[in-house]
Amino acid sequence: MSTNPAFEMRNISKRFPGVLANDNVSFAAAKGEIHALLGENGAGKSTLMSVLCGLYRPDGGELLIDGAPVDFRSPRDAIRAGVGMVYQHFMLAPSQTVTENVMLGLRDTPFVLNTPQLAAEVEKIGAQFHLPVDPHAMIWQLSVGEQQRVEIIKMLYRGANILILDEPTAVLTPPEIEGFFRTLREMAAAGKTIVFISHKLDEVLSIADRITILRGGKWVDTVANANLTKATLASMMVGREVLFRLDKTPHQPGAAQLALSQVQALDDKRLPALRKLSLTVHAGEIVGVAGVAGNGQRELAEVIAGIRPVTGGAIAVTGQDVTHAPPLARIQAGVAYVPEDRSATGSAPDLSVAENLALRAFRKAPLAGRFVLKRQLMQQQAQKLIAQFGIATPSPQTPSRKLSGGNLQKLILAREISSQPQVLVAAYPTRGLDIGATEYVRKVLLEEREKGVAILLLSEDLEEIFALADRIAVIFEGQIVGDLPANTADLETVGLLMAGEQVEA
Amino acid sequence: MAFLINLLSAGIRSGTAILFATVGEILAERAGVLNLGVEGMMLMGAVTAYGVAYSTGSAWVGLLAAAAMGGLLALLHAFVTITLRADQVVSGLALTFLGSGLSAVVGAPLVEVAQAPRLPAFNIPLLADLPVLGPILFQHNVMVYIGFLLAPLAWFYVFRTRPGMELRAVGEYPAAADVMGVSVYRTRYLYVVVGGVFAGIAGAALSLAITPLWVEGLTAGQGWIAVGLVIFAGWNPLRAALGSYLFGAIRRLPLDLQNVGFFLRNPTYGYFMNMLPYLFTIAVLVIGSREAMRRRVGAPAALGQPYVREERGK
Repeated sequence: MSTNPAFEMRNISKRFPGVLANDNVSFAAAKGEIHALLGENGAGKSTLMSVLCGLYRPDGGELLIDGAPVDFRSPRDAIRAGVGMVYQHFMLAPSQTVTENVMLGLRDTPFVLNTPQLAAEVEKIGAQFHLPVDPHAMIWQLSVGEQQRVEIIKMLYRGANILILDEPTAVLTPPEIEGFFRTLREMAAAGKTIVFISHKLDEVLSIADRITILRGGKWVDTVANANLTKATLASMMVGREVLFRLDKTPHQPGAAQLALSQVQALDDKRLPALRKLSLTVHAGEIVGVAGVAGNGQRELAEVIAGIRPVTGGAIAVTGQDVTHAPPLARIQAGVAYVPEDRSATGSAPDLSVAENLALRAFRKAPLAGRFVLKRQLMQQQAQKLIAQFGIATPSPQTPSRKLSGGNLQKLILAREISSQPQVLVAAYPTRGLDIGATEYVRKVLLEEREKGVAILLLSEDLEEIFALADRIAVIFEGQIVGDLPANTADLETVGLLMAGEQVEA
Repeated sequence: MAFLINLLSAGIRSGTAILFATVGEILAERAGVLNLGVEGMMLMGAVTAYGVAYSTGSAWVGLLAAAAMGGLLALLHAFVTITLRADQVVSGLALTFLGSGLSAVVGAPLVEVAQAPRLPAFNIPLLADLPVLGPILFQHNVMVYIGFLLAPLAWFYVFRTRPGMELRAVGEYPAAADVMGVSVYRTRYLYVVVGGVFAGIAGAALSLAITPLWVEGLTAGQGWIAVGLVIFAGWNPLRAALGSYLFGAIRRLPLDLQNVGFFLRNPTYGYFMNMLPYLFTIAVLVIGSREAMRRRVGAPAALGQPYVREERGK
């Protein structure tokens, strides 16, 4: 690691309508350095990096690459200057091959593509940095980990010296993360500069040379990674002390409230997604479903909510068979559902906050009158829930699409929980939320557990599953391949099960 | 045998206009922009071609004018949907209404005029003398021959060249193309306009070669057939050629069957035959509008969605 900065951002400001996303932020990294950029959602990490990679133009400040000032008008300018970004949502066209995706946008390739030659070049770069991938495969055929390699190869092919990785580990299993970190260290040793955006403190502490913390669009500090603890980093990120332990009473499961036996279902491409999956959730317990994305989690949540047909097996809620019951019948049977997609499935974005809060209760008295809804009562109840769950909204009449992710999630939780369900299916309830909102959602889930609700928690965050769940069910290729008590399970076993390995009990 | 040769030859001729329009629409949709204005652009192309050919005395000048007219109308659609981000369906429908109405108005004096010059028809030397294949494939007007070259060239362009790859990426995942330095707006403008140029040429092929005259509503829904064929062809120009000629033949069928004894005795059945291409179009459009089905036949994933760079998040 040399001391010459590979890039330097000085006093960068970027304003969006109503938000100052970056306020006078300065940030620099040296050649061969792995520099972590840490902050909550909305802290301005992605905006700052979008400025660095030419996607956004800053409203103020200057950018230097290798000591020379630059003015990027588009990502192409940035790529030409050696800055490459790997986005959290991969920028790959699914129906095209690996090679085509790597070549996309290159001007110096000939008009008629020489695919075999280009594929060989892709393979060579992959071999050089231990990023194996089949250059002729279609993107949709690849695992998420492989897609990430394609993204990195794409940047290396363009001669990127500065690689920005936006939450790269979110989609990887623990063993994949280890391999990925090895690749990062090799690239750094080869003189590349790596900016690692994350909010996972453990990972930042294990990979970064230096750490820069942003909060609320402002620079907080840049520290060398020595003698740091998670607690100090977290308090710099959030601006106050953060509790990592949640208070949890001992596990006292009651009757089986949700029982799936041998359930089968198809995914959107009509391929089997659930293969004879069996799972039981008892009253007063949280069952956490751990798995690599795309192993049937979404389909599992949807068959329980009743929005995906079951092609085999049976589902029972509080002992009643609901295998083929429509969603309304399941709501009446006591199923509450916090879906993965908050804005499209979880709420009606153009309806008001009050109306969204009433979406479960409106069919019955007291909200339902003979013909018309009792709107005044609806407003009153909304006021109550807004206060109780601390939903930040200008008014109950505000359309819910104007709420932030965290507040929208609070709204959905408020609606689902106020109906006093027996069974709660929560799909990725804290995804994309900042630490404060995450803490709140977790607290609510534990409260519901205390009340005796049977909770099925789907999460990609193993730390969350370990913190909340009483039992951990590992899903792999549409089956539960392991069902372990949370207090004796260890991360390594769960990681191996997630990757489809056989594990001795 | 003579009946079949006649039907196939006429089918290829009448399918040529549909082919140009379909290939044009495939290019626009591959870039992610649905243009339901094909019918309107074809009509304006047809009337422009006829009028310009009549007044200049050159069918080729008429053809060029029709291409320019189609491109101009498509530019309007591009501006409304790409820059202003209006709904593509609504804008396309408006374009069809505009084209149908405007072509009727400006074309009214042309209905009465003497015949405008036509695009040349000629037999291909040697090949035209082949038995069976000769009369089916090689005794046509120049637009049919251009059509033969168009489909494979368009296929090669889309699937084997660098700009073709960028085109597909823009329709599939515009954000990915954008961050790799491919301008989504420029690409979409370009191919929407190219699609319009092709629709204009399709109209000219009709009024200057295939049914060489001008009457109001000359296209008789062929623009809509083209829109349906894009789905039927799975956004693939080669399959579009197959579909176009098939539709051409289906359109011709009632005409050729008129003199068959059964239809002479039962004239009402003829009307049902006339409905066939439209029924088929409706069926394809209904099936094609189902999201799941579209994905399976390979619709560009971003079809119909405007692209906004700075809305991708903070």
